[in-house]
Amino acid sequence: MNKPVEPNSFRTGPDEQGMFGIFGGRFVAETLMPLILELEEHWNAAKNDPAFKAELQQLGAHYTGRPSPLYFAERLTEHLGGAKVYFKREELNHTGSHKVNNCLGQILLAKRMGKTRIIAETGAGQHGVASATVAARFGLPCVVYMGATDVERQAPNVFRMRLLGAEVKPVTSGHGTLKDAMNEALRDWVTNVEDTYYLIGTAAGPHPYPELVRDFQSVIGQETKEQILAAEGRLPDMLVAAVGGGSNAIGLFHPFLDDKGVAMVGVEAGGKGLEGDEHCASLTAGSPGVLHGNRTYLLQDSDGQIKEGHSISAGLDYPGIGPEHSWLKEAGRVEYVPIMDHEALEAFQLLTRLEGIIPALEPSHALAEVIKRAPKMGKDQIIVMNLSGRGDKDIFAVAKHLKMDV
Amino acid sequence: MTTTRIDRLFTKLKAENRPALVTYFMGGDPDYETSLSIMKALPVAGSDIIELGMPFSDPMADGPAIQAAGLRALKGGQTLDKTLRMAKSFRQDNDHTPIVMMGYYNPIYIYGVDRFLTEARASGIDGLIIVDLPPEMDEELCVPALRAGINFIRLATPTTDDKRLPKVLENTSGFVYYVSMTGITGSALPDTSKVAGAVARIKGHTKLPVCVGFGVKTASQARAIGAAADGVVVGTAIVNAVANVLGPDGKTTADPAEAVATLVRGLADGVREARITAAAE
Repeated sequence: MNKPVEPNSFRTGPDEQGMFGIFGGRFVAETLMPLILELEEHWNAAKNDPAFKAELQQLGAHYTGRPSPLYFAERLTEHLGGAKVYFKREELNHTGSHKVNNCLGQILLAKRMGKTRIIAETGAGQHGVASATVAARFGLPCVVYMGATDVERQAPNVFRMRLLGAEVKPVTSGHGTLKDAMNEALRDWVTNVEDTYYLIGTAAGPHPYPELVRDFQSVIGQETKEQILAAEGRLPDMLVAAVGGGSNAIGLFHPFLDDKGVAMVGVEAGGKGLEGDEHCASLTAGSPGVLHGNRTYLLQDSDGQIKEGHSISAGLDYPGIGPEHSWLKEAGRVEYVPIMDHEALEAFQLLTRLEGIIPALEPSHALAEVIKRAPKMGKDQIIVMNLSGRGDKDIFAVAKHLKMDV
Repeated sequence: MTTTRIDRLFTKLKAENRPALVTYFMGGDPDYETSLSIMKALPVAGSDIIELGMPFSDPMADGPAIQAAGLRALKGGQTLDKTLRMAKSFRQDNDHTPIVMMGYYNPIYIYGVDRFLTEARASGIDGLIIVDLPPEMDEELCVPALRAGINFIRLATPTTDDKRLPKVLENTSGFVYYVSMTGITGSALPDTSKVAGAVARIKGHTKLPVCVGFGVKTASQARAIGAAADGVVVGTAIVNAVANVLGPDGKTTADPAEAVATLVRGLADGVREARITAAAE
């Protein structure tokens, strides 16, 4: 594949067809096409509407608790002996992760479109919980599709969703994980086209989802920019974030894409290693293909059949990635690297002991990369990492891996 | 474009004043050889057009029956290459029944569009139905397929309103596949009078034949739909006929080709009576 010519700006995508270079697009069944066009129309109106922005900002401030702090991790920095490490504390948001930023934006959009029923897919349950939360807040019924395997391994989040009034539908088709949940959500949407809004949890899917989810998450990077300028008087040298579908990473990265001095690293789930099939590193070990409405890097076999991924973190357990990340990889603007399960587990424990913060397993992957890089950087350099979620949901999984009883 | 087997078939059926019976089956379900025997049995039992399903790991527009059939085929080692080979093998003794390959884009994209079209043409493929390629993505496969002389058959759905229909029909050829409801394959058939209205609406925009599918399972439904449509598509019922003769271990308990043929003979009688019944009423 030819490398695209470096654009003047990395922040202008997607184009009118929803493409980021060759990635993105609208690969959906005809039944859904009119719905996606309708969504695009409403999104284009909403993003330029000051009242929409104001309502979202108001909810962000008083419901989510924005801005989230930018925290200087003093003890970790000292321990690593290199670059100063800052955390963007998205784990302090209501519902415990960055997911709520997107859910609030999209439910306002759903309301604007007159939709009366919300559907969502979830892997670890973080997006499911955030969707159920905003659906409760706005009084809309919510159905969450979740792979049967995930329902079993994420019992506390399933209960949370049910408490919030959502109906959790276990998906047994395929292999019962996130990609099957997404297939099932699409099947629901294609059936209930009149009243239903599909609240996608990451910056992927058919256009305009990758764009609108990114824009709702970009509040992370915008705040970071102001906060780091206030704290340090300059921009950071490096941004680090975990990528599953890639919404927390694109949210942090996007406002900085044209700041040439800021390096960016997206951290994928290397699982048990890239040699076999037990990983979710679609950008490092996959190839471009078409799934779930967009062209992007996927884990697939030589016949174009999609593989199941593996990660210790259910939130990274998806064989694809948002299309903008695929484009940023090929453009060379962002570097993507894998982190293994065991490295993430070690990072999880280190942060817990050093800073008194229990991170989710997803940002623990980003942290493991920070642990590798910070010592090699100068003490005058700055890394900002997106601490995208808290680890309460993961204590059972971690206990199992550490062979401890809860 | 020169006339294709599909065009010739509809001209012939128009003269006979009857709708086409379009039968879908999953290539490679439960294995290559059995599946090829099913394919060969279809026209003998009265099928006019064969839709050859290409299995995909993530069939987002299909119901449980076709999902399961696809997984069985993949487990049995089916690949796009083998599906093309199956068509080629079928063509050795049948040169008139149109074959339309139906499935999702990714396996074709990975195979390579140009290579696929060359092979498809050499294998006697007449048309393509690719569920996840709406007109907005025509440059991907539709335009190259038309250039290669292969029909690109588009799905029109209840959500395709009059404003959008011209766009959907623009590069469509062969026939238009009207999906009788919003939903996945194999759901319940809607009110047949609604279907007739929808067919009339589409015919107001195109001279192409309109075939109706999604939800047709029995001969009487085929007869009712066939009164208004130029063709009746049956898929899930055929896939189920295969599943019904598979034991829990995946071994066949009866001949799947014969099970499918029995069903198709009934459906063929249904479509042949469609216009006669309609005229008598």
